Amino acid sequence: MIPARAALATFIAFIAVAPFILPEFHVALLNYIALATMVSLGLVLLTGIAGVMSFGQQVFAGIAAYTTAVITTKYGGSPWLALIVGLALVALVALFLGAITLRLSGHYLPISTIAWGIAIYFLFGNLELFGKYTGVPDVPRLAGATVTYYVIWAATLALLIASANLLDSRTGRAIRALRFRGVMAESFGVDVLRLKNIVFLYAALFAGLSGWLYAHYLRFVSPSAFNVNAGIDYLFMAVIGGTGHVWGAVIGASILTFLKEYLKGMVPSGLGASGNYEIVVFGVLMMLLLHRASSGLAPVLARWAIRPHRRHIALEAPALARRSQPAAGAPLLEVRNAAKRFGGLVAVRELSFEMRAGEILGLIGPNGAGKSTMFNLITGVLPADGGEIVFQGERIDGLVPSAIARRGIARTFQHVNLVGTMSVLENVALGAHLRGRRGTLRAMLRAERAEEAQLLAEAARQVERVGLTAQLHDAAGSLPLGQQRLVEIARALSADPTLLLLDEPAAGLRYAEKQALAALLRRLRGEAMSILLVEHDMEFVMGLVDRLVVMDFGEKLAEGLPAAVQANPAVMEAYLGGVE
Amino acid sequence: MTADIVLWLAQDGITNGAIYALLALALLLVFSVTRVIFVPQGEFISYAALSLALLQAGQVPGVVYVLVGGGLLAAAFETGTALRDKALRRLPLVFLGYVVLPCTMAALAWWAAPRKLDLVWQVLIVLGLVVPLGPIVYRVAYQPLAKASILVLFIASMAVHYVLTGLGLVFFGGEGLRSAAFSDVSFKLGVLQISTQSLLVIVASVLVMAALWLFFGRSIYGKALRATAVNRVGARLVGIRTELAGSLSLLLAAFIGALSGILISPITTIYYDTGFLIGLKGFVGAILGGMASYPLAVAGSLALGLLEAYASFWSSAFKETLVFAIIIPPLIWLSLRSRHVEEDEEESE
Repeated sequence: MIPARAALATFIAFIAVAPFILPEFHVALLNYIALATMVSLGLVLLTGIAGVMSFGQQVFAGIAAYTTAVITTKYGGSPWLALIVGLALVALVALFLGAITLRLSGHYLPISTIAWGIAIYFLFGNLELFGKYTGVPDVPRLAGATVTYYVIWAATLALLIASANLLDSRTGRAIRALRFRGVMAESFGVDVLRLKNIVFLYAALFAGLSGWLYAHYLRFVSPSAFNVNAGIDYLFMAVIGGTGHVWGAVIGASILTFLKEYLKGMVPSGLGASGNYEIVVFGVLMMLLLHRASSGLAPVLARWAIRPHRRHIALEAPALARRSQPAAGAPLLEVRNAAKRFGGLVAVRELSFEMRAGEILGLIGPNGAGKSTMFNLITGVLPADGGEIVFQGERIDGLVPSAIARRGIARTFQHVNLVGTMSVLENVALGAHLRGRRGTLRAMLRAERAEEAQLLAEAARQVERVGLTAQLHDAAGSLPLGQQRLVEIARALSADPTLLLLDEPAAGLRYAEKQALAALLRRLRGEAMSILLVEHDMEFVMGLVDRLVVMDFGEKLAEGLPAAVQANPAVMEAYLGGVE
Repeated sequence: MTADIVLWLAQDGITNGAIYALLALALLLVFSVTRVIFVPQGEFISYAALSLALLQAGQVPGVVYVLVGGGLLAAAFETGTALRDKALRRLPLVFLGYVVLPCTMAALAWWAAPRKLDLVWQVLIVLGLVVPLGPIVYRVAYQPLAKASILVLFIASMAVHYVLTGLGLVFFGGEGLRSAAFSDVSFKLGVLQISTQSLLVIVASVLVMAALWLFFGRSIYGKALRATAVNRVGARLVGIRTELAGSLSLLLAAFIGALSGILISPITTIYYDTGFLIGLKGFVGAILGGMASYPLAVAGSLALGLLEAYASFWSSAFKETLVFAIIIPPLIWLSLRSRHVEEDEEESE
């Protein structure tokens, strides 16, 4: 096993000496690999990590390439000016396309990326200004061959390192949650739609930079480099390398570029016609990969050869600012006549209750009583059909989950909602998303390390609070269910909430795990935390809560102290089935 | 633009639109039953059109190799699972469907090619060669990924598209072919010269749509497919096998693709990769219809055909650009209308 940093240093050293030790042909291949890496790196971020699929990245490369070709050859402009103009155009197009597709469900984007890929290809091929299908020749070179090589690779490495930095940051954690855990991210204050647009923009700009370098390296731009197959190839590169890993882009780009080069010479015997037969091999390779190792090659390599770099946590970092908490006993949450229907089914019917700061309120009821629906109304996951929900004197019904999170309500999920591949520490740090403010650009440049240290220190403190310090760096998905539930609670705590909402935290836990959970909740009550606990396990709730609200068939059945509620005949009937 | 040009273009547009509508229906069907965005649909179009042209020229179409090879691969996959499940009783049926049938069809094509049979027989042979590719492709490419996410299935579609396009190039070569017109007769209706070929396309499309409607409304298999489209797990619980539904939907898609290829092969020159573009226009038609409703998909496809016809009159160079850029307005409309609800992609690994 080699440490990650040593592996990176070796790779950079190889790239640095390559022009002096490799034949010219291989250096040219390295250039192509770098250019393809930039585009597929964008796809790693976009598709592999954020879960947004695009077969149209060649469009952005094409826009930048044609912009610089036209500006430099037809108008004698500087390539650097053309770079700025090209990237600005790319950004405009990406923002527009993102705005019209990212709101729609998953499959629209890939289909429409193919469609606009074809539209733009035919546009490139038919514009007089772009030399129609012949293209634009004689694009000026940036510098001599070796210098150009270094420029291309410097840009590639810079993007790779910036992307790795980005993923290992506050925004990066949110991006890594987008694909499978968007609902969770939203409920910790992440503006999921905005973030997807940002990632889409970066991926487009990476492709644009690649297109600009391509034009000046090849000194010739024609539509055939930007046809639909180019877009499919880029996505295949990202998938082959491993869509979850930044360095997968290099691996995928290398494999596909090499294969393409070597298969080019091999035309099946007996067929004189030229054509891209290599796509058969690419297709078969992709199928094999999807069937056998759908997460690509990078994770395999990483597991066997590379020891990950473990983050240092500066516990001495200054604490994050805390919210001012209401005095104990002050009115906190008030639900008035809340209602929710699903078609003909009334899940919540005219439900009212209130909660004061510093208490633990249990919302209980048999399965199907409407507890989870009520929970979703408070957290904004579902819009209410009627009634009001007031938090600290402000109406919150109708707000989106991220806005509710911003007001100091943090939640856990009934079905554990962690990013399984991220460490416990990172999952918990995601809870503190709203307590930091540094964005993507600073993260890429590592200009947010002070804030990042504060966030991680806070997360580490919350992990300690729930007693999981020993598992701090373990992948959250590898923990047993009981510990995953504790991670959920630690994540909610790191949001510094005024109100903590727990959705069936004891469901599926074994006896000892329930005991540990109850002990933790008691400790939190001792620290004056306000907790709304939704449960159907009577026994678990009884010794824990200050007051109970019992629901059945969407209505309030009873309310009061645990002992009184337990003795209530209506409650007994709901739970045990009454005597007819 | 005179009135007869307007009408002539309309006839052209409706003819193409009818084909796009058929394709859009097949794509919607496959998507709703299997969640697969079936890009390789286009290859069936090319395969069928080129095969018909070759049969008319007295040659054996190369698709026989794809059929027999694919059948053997699918049989190997099935044998593997049968051995693992210790269900060897399945094997004779597998052998019949994936080995005997493709080989018989290939032998038939071999026998028929030099004899230049009547058009009807040639069409039937082409269908027999191309349609079985649907279930074969499902078995080899998609069935092992049945539980994967839409995005993974989409990548798989692209992989299949690559393999089939590449094989198309290998077996059909880079030359474009056009088959002989089914009928040269045309007749005058007012100012408009109506070609029987166009009429044939439209009638065939309407017939297929009616047949699909009956199939989904009346037959038990059609209802099974609808059930799977609505709720995969629920359908499985009442005994509808997901694999059967998937295989059947790809069979229908391959049939519609092959039929479209046969219908347009006398109208336009088809290359090994032409089908891809035509198939994608089916997608554009489906998106114009909102990707959910069958009647709207048909309407969207007809509108697309008309747009294409008039666009090619006004500016033939930018025809394709216009046709594919037309998805932008409906996307804007759908975006403005949608309240963004975060949905999580299912984690497959």
